Amino acid sequence: MIEFRDLHKAFGPKVVLAGLTLTVQDRETMVIIGYSGTGKSVALKHIVGLLHPDAGDVIVDAQAVSTLDRAGLTALRRDIGYVFQSAALFDSLSVAENVALGLRRRALEEDEIAERVREALALVDLTGTEERYPAELSGGMRKRVGIARAIALRPRYLLYDEPTTGLDPVTSAVMDRLMVRAREHLGVTGVVVTHDLRSAYTVGDRIAMLFEGRIRQVATVQEIQETEDPVVRQFIEGRPA
Amino acid sequence: MIASIGRRAVEAVSAAGRWGFFVADLGRAAADVGTWSRLLVGQMRRIGVDSLPVAVFIAAFTGVVLALQASYTFTGAVPLYFVGTLVGKTMMLELGPVLTGLALAGRVGATMAAELGTMKVTEQVDALETLAYDPQSYLVLPRVLAATLMFPVIVALAILTGICTGWLTSLELLHLSTAEFVKGLKLFYLFKDTWYGLFKSATFGCTIALVGCWIGLGTYGGAEGVGRSTMRTVVYSAVLILMLDAFWAVVLL
Ligand SMILES: Nc1ncnc2c1ncn2[C@@H]1O[C@H](COP(=O)(O)OP(=O)(O)OP(=O)(O)O)[C@@H](O)[C@H]1O
Ligand SMILES: [Mg+2]
Repeated sequence: MIEFRDLHKAFGPKVVLAGLTLTVQDRETMVIIGYSGTGKSVALKHIVGLLHPDAGDVIVDAQAVSTLDRAGLTALRRDIGYVFQSAALFDSLSVAENVALGLRRRALEEDEIAERVREALALVDLTGTEERYPAELSGGMRKRVGIARAIALRPRYLLYDEPTTGLDPVTSAVMDRLMVRAREHLGVTGVVVTHDLRSAYTVGDRIAMLFEGRIRQVATVQEIQETEDPVVRQFIEGRPA
Repeated sequence: MIASIGRRAVEAVSAAGRWGFFVADLGRAAADVGTWSRLLVGQMRRIGVDSLPVAVFIAAFTGVVLALQASYTFTGAVPLYFVGTLVGKTMMLELGPVLTGLALAGRVGATMAAELGTMKVTEQVDALETLAYDPQSYLVLPRVLAATLMFPVIVALAILTGICTGWLTSLELLHLSTAEFVKGLKLFYLFKDTWYGLFKSATFGCTIALVGCWIGLGTYGGAEGVGRSTMRTVVYSAVLILMLDAFWAVVLL
């Protein structure tokens, strides 16, 4: 279970999160939607302790993330796969090495690592790119390597920061299926940040809208589609103010 | 005015504090042997390949100049075989380590700052952390150790090169014989000359890598930030090398 408890975060004078409270149940996929620059990525980074809250906290498996020391954080991060908005692949490593890097941190045999790398790359339809370097890939391919790197870990939690942005509609649908499968077959608890409403409706159990630093509404996909809230309505209908 | 001085002082103290934590963190990261030891050899090879040509190039010309300036200074008043003494001592004690160190602050330090700075601004450092790696043991420690171990090797080769070109210059231009040059070289030689220079270069290597990694990991603000970090690394490590050099002279000589 991931629980945001009254999370506050500002960068200098700029307040980004102002009392974010949200609970993600086990084996649930929570989609977070919201305008560009509202702090969705910032919220996600607090889950793995990449950012330190000004007040409030994120509770993962009954541990308050901001109070963990280096060893505690490392242990927590072993259970979490993180897909970065920017993919954040390691330039100096090949695609296969990128995917393998996290696996080497676990006590796995080389054969097992190679097998998992092959499998993860096949899932994102990138078989055959193993020896290439990130600079030689398209933006969408990089994104998919980022996804492969996270799912290869077979973590209990998967955090996706805009996994389908920059992908064509068909590839997006493939990624959506992948996220659904991760939950159904592997029992993964997921948090998906996205602008892509079609993807949100497909993969989400519930959808939460982040607005002005807190959650405006959190509800099932159907409830969101039928919402009366003017702010949420405007967002999902894509009407300019 | 006073407020700005005060703010600068606070900034300096807090930077010193963060630097202290950074170095202390490295000690903790050292326990993660499995991570850094795998990367050490690769870093050592890179530093060697990157630095040797520059170091040898500089030392070669320094040797020539030293020999000629020595003979010019002696003006026949001092026996010419002292050229060997001067070339040997100066290369070993001062010019080998310091010139190489300054050149490599630009070469090695700047490379590290640019590389780590780019990783930082493109979230690769964050990604590394989410994969349960400690950037200190994955990125910093291999570089710092590699620089500390490789600098003495590079400087040793630079010193040899400088002495060789100094000797060749003496043969060709000063009409000194090899025997005389070697006599001069051995005249006041102490074993300390060797270890002092090499020890100094190890501390220079360590400093350059620490500064490069520290500034690199503190980078913010995209490509411009990477440029700023690179420049600061070169300036800071050059200043630190000169200060360390004076420090060791006071403490060890
Ligand atoms: N490290 C940082 N330093 C300063 N400001 C930051 C930092 N990270 C994020 N911000 C600011 O926080 C705000 C929220 O950023 P965030 O990346 O979370 O937005 P987002 O909701 O993910 O937007 P998008 O949908 O465009 O990705 C932005 O205004 C951004 O400028
Ligand atoms: Mg974002």
